[in-house]
Amino acid sequence: MHSFGYRANALLTFAVTILAFICAIASFSDNFSNQTPSAQIQILNINWFQKQPHGNDEVSLTLNITADLQSLFTWNTKQVFAFVAAEYETSKNSLNQVSLWDAIIPEKEEANFWIQISNKYRFIDQGHNLRGKDFNLTLHWHVMPKTGKMFADKIVMSGYRLPNAYR
Amino acid sequence: MSWIGETVDSIKSIKIRQLLTQAVTLGMIVTSALIIWKAMMCVTGTESPVVVVLSGSMEPGFQRGDILLLRMTKDPIRTGEIVVFKIDGRDIPIVHRVIEVHERKTTGKVDVLTKGDNNDVDDIDLYADGQMWLHRHHIMGRAVGFLPYVGWVTIIMTEKPIIKYLLIGAMGLLVITSKD
Repeated sequence: MHSFGYRANALLTFAVTILAFICAIASFSDNFSNQTPSAQIQILNINWFQKQPHGNDEVSLTLNITADLQSLFTWNTKQVFAFVAAEYETSKNSLNQVSLWDAIIPEKEEANFWIQISNKYRFIDQGHNLRGKDFNLTLHWHVMPKTGKMFADKIVMSGYRLPNAYR
Repeated sequence: MSWIGETVDSIKSIKIRQLLTQAVTLGMIVTSALIIWKAMMCVTGTESPVVVVLSGSMEPGFQRGDILLLRMTKDPIRTGEIVVFKIDGRDIPIVHRVIEVHERKTTGKVDVLTKGDNNDVDDIDLYADGQMWLHRHHIMGRAVGFLPYVGWVTIIMTEKPIIKYLLIGAMGLLVITSKD
């Protein structure tokens, strides 16, 4: 019972158990953070809006995104992944979500930002339903921890509308 | 002369009993590990409740060697979720993020497009020839939790099997030489 093998085994088991316990507590502490993120998105310009040769509508937008996600960072946060998606309904699809832009925010200081860009990913419909379409823009965030449970949530902003004709 | 026979018998029987006890203990350890694994499969609703991150396509959030805890529920698949999926005909599960969802009104079926955070392009090239979207049956689970570095044990054991044999040999030796 006192050989090196037994002692090493006992030590290792104990170390692993304690580590697992610490990880669990660290993750649990994330539940107590007070999260008050805010965001605003403006569509500055519809750059172009066309029906592609394969028959699907595509639109290119310039967006102005302002957000303050600093309150999402806890001591157990490794990074926050933020993205903006357009959500809309069509006659065939009850829900379409298309991601337009995303960013990885590795530190709290970088989480209060303002950016003006055209959509990073192509906004293509399944079909040609986008003329005059009302849609929501949602800012999603995904908090990726140093260890443990991941949290995700979003802010939905509605009231956006695409033009009635192609340009 | 019968007492010699008796002594020999008692020695033999002790050895056998000890051997059997050790074999049963080993068996108990292995089966309880299996029970825990199967229970996790039930609780999380997916065939593989834990996956090891093998590539760098989700860096810097997930590095190679990290472990992801998965769960699969009947909830609809939405953008932003980190999903684990398998392409038809390929064995390796891929962990990427959903960036596009189109859900049919009538059938409730979804078309899903994924992309690794660290990749420049979406996963269209990873899908099978002619496949434009993932569907629900391709998706094995959603990542809900994360443990750093723990998966390296699995990667090392897979890529250098000699270490796996060494470890199992050492554990076996420990069990056999125990005087309990």
